[in-house]
Amino acid sequence: MDSNAAALSVPELDSLRTVAGTMIPADAALGVPGADDPAILHDIARSVGRDLLLVRQALAEIEAKSGGAFAALDRDQREALINGYYAGGGAAIVALGRLILGAYYRDDRVLLSLKQEPRAPFPKGYTLEQGDWSLLDAVRGRAPLWRDDRKELAT
Amino acid sequence: MSGNERVDVLIIGSGASGAAVAWSLAETKMRILCLEQGDWMKSTDFPTNGRNWEARRYDDFDIFPNRRGRDTDYPVNDDNSPMKVANFNGVGGGTVIYTAHWPRMHPSDFKVKSLDGVADDWPIDYWTLERFYEENDHMMGVSGLAGDPGVPPRHPPMPPIPLGKTGSHYGKAMNKLGWHWWPSDTTIATTPYEGRAQCINLGHCTPGCAQGAKASTDITYWPLAIRAGVELRTRCRVREITTDEHGMASGAIYYDAEGKEQFQPAEVVIVACNGVGTPRLLLNSASGKFPNGLANSSGLVGKNLMLHPWPMISGYVEETLDGGKAPITNLWSKQFYETDRSRGFVRGYTLQFNRGMGPANQAITSAVTGQLPWGHEHHRVYREMFEHRVGIGVACDDLPEEHNRVTLDPVLKDSNGIPAPKIDYAISDNTRRMMEHGIARAEEILTAAGATRLYCSRTALNSPGHLLGTARMGTDPERSVVNDWGRCHDVKNLFIVDGSVFVTGGGVNPTSTIQATALYIADQMKQRLANLFD
Repeated sequence: MDSNAAALSVPELDSLRTVAGTMIPADAALGVPGADDPAILHDIARSVGRDLLLVRQALAEIEAKSGGAFAALDRDQREALINGYYAGGGAAIVALGRLILGAYYRDDRVLLSLKQEPRAPFPKGYTLEQGDWSLLDAVRGRAPLWRDDRKELAT
Repeated sequence: MSGNERVDVLIIGSGASGAAVAWSLAETKMRILCLEQGDWMKSTDFPTNGRNWEARRYDDFDIFPNRRGRDTDYPVNDDNSPMKVANFNGVGGGTVIYTAHWPRMHPSDFKVKSLDGVADDWPIDYWTLERFYEENDHMMGVSGLAGDPGVPPRHPPMPPIPLGKTGSHYGKAMNKLGWHWWPSDTTIATTPYEGRAQCINLGHCTPGCAQGAKASTDITYWPLAIRAGVELRTRCRVREITTDEHGMASGAIYYDAEGKEQFQPAEVVIVACNGVGTPRLLLNSASGKFPNGLANSSGLVGKNLMLHPWPMISGYVEETLDGGKAPITNLWSKQFYETDRSRGFVRGYTLQFNRGMGPANQAITSAVTGQLPWGHEHHRVYREMFEHRVGIGVACDDLPEEHNRVTLDPVLKDSNGIPAPKIDYAISDNTRRMMEHGIARAEEILTAAGATRLYCSRTALNSPGHLLGTARMGTDPERSVVNDWGRCHDVKNLFIVDGSVFVTGGGVNPTSTIQATALYIADQMKQRLANLFD
């Protein structure tokens, strides 16, 4: 996957940093980094994989929509551009969004802020409570809902 | 082309149906060989082993072959379909990447013409399959709760998956409305079962279970079939079924792992390649004697494709629920399954109640639906959603129509140069009315559950695209491809055992019925061994 990080050019990586930080900014109150955090950005870049062409396309289109000066826009302008572009759909920006979210929401700091254990599900797994089985008493003993073809077709 | 030793039975495909039929026929002591184009799966390769577990659902474990793109996959041209084809090519087939939801079709599903005046009846009924459903439930290992008034009696060998916070929340809402609900049957082991470990709530069942708690045929039927003498050969991609001068199947030509062309002779050929792969293979097996494709004198090979439209309705409640830390399969409702013409459509649907998602998938899904903004509002909105999600799927009966079909793409080919399937599919007016009815009911339920931010995806992200109906079963050779026990009308030593033979699809996940039908066909073959080709 690291070969894909190399496949993004330095200007593209710079653009990715600005775009990612706009899409998911740091929040000091929550104690979470932005998606432009160096570790997260590295994870994003090395995970581009099969979406390399779409990611390049999305970054290029963002630059084009901002007249080549996305980084120079103020925060509200950058967020409006990204939200408008994303709402318009298209495989490129959806792929870029999926890539950024996938990397961001596996970062230890982000998961801990969400009270999640920063680990793979296997092998420890999780506990699921039984829930309230007495709720099913209202359904038990009801007349059958399914049609019995043997009875219906016999008449 | 090199030669292989002749076998008695050649099975093509090792998924849900191929595995079941192999295991059942093994007791005959015939020489049985199964050719599978994919690999054996390793539980250590499944996504939940690693920190990138959620991302891999969109990568090498995507349910859509065109996205997944493994070298064992073949491409599918589904541009002319609102729903995409889901499959998996490996030992276990689609059972490797299904959700393990385990409803049966209802008795009425087999008699829609007689009961409701639509489509066609199956030549067999539910009661013919009942004992094979039961046998299969024990072979796959089903968890569930007996006594459901919504379905015919069945006897799950393991207790159900806990309701959890999410199921209890749904249950209260359904009781408020007075509607039927019940914990879903599932092939996820809730206790140790036949060498399988019990579920530990990895919460990401679809792209393979690292724990081995989810039943897939590579860990249920296949170990037993192989022990009984069946040979399973992987990385063998069948190009065509060959026929002899008498119009009987003589074997199959396939490409081995090195891409070398091989011929495998056989006395009997059984096709188990799913509702897209099977018609693709039959159409690719056209010859001078069978110019329109093998077993296609009816012209119905590839037609009547049923995909199960599956709207998804989601919302968010204030309470913290189970999130993605448990199987997604939770409850079902049969309240609207059977025909009630006052609703404006015939047949019906199952409502499937799901649990939530992991952190990344929650973000990805809510971003795509436009509910999660980018920028400084992102964190606040995300935290209102994560582990607060409720969602209901509407599993619609999808009646057969001949214009919904699988053909061969004139251009697209797989890596061996074999023509790829092309899908033409449109959702019928009856199904659209059914979908809207189900969406409205799901919104009522979610509202009763206190959910807000309701969102409906009519052809859902990751909708399943079950593959059914393209080589239908029947007694009339002009209106069906196989007879009432799975033998092709045109080729008397060629059998089809997968979802292709379905006459109707019901409003349920089909794997349970696919396997019950395969076991029934195998049983019929065993009873008729002395005069199988008469």
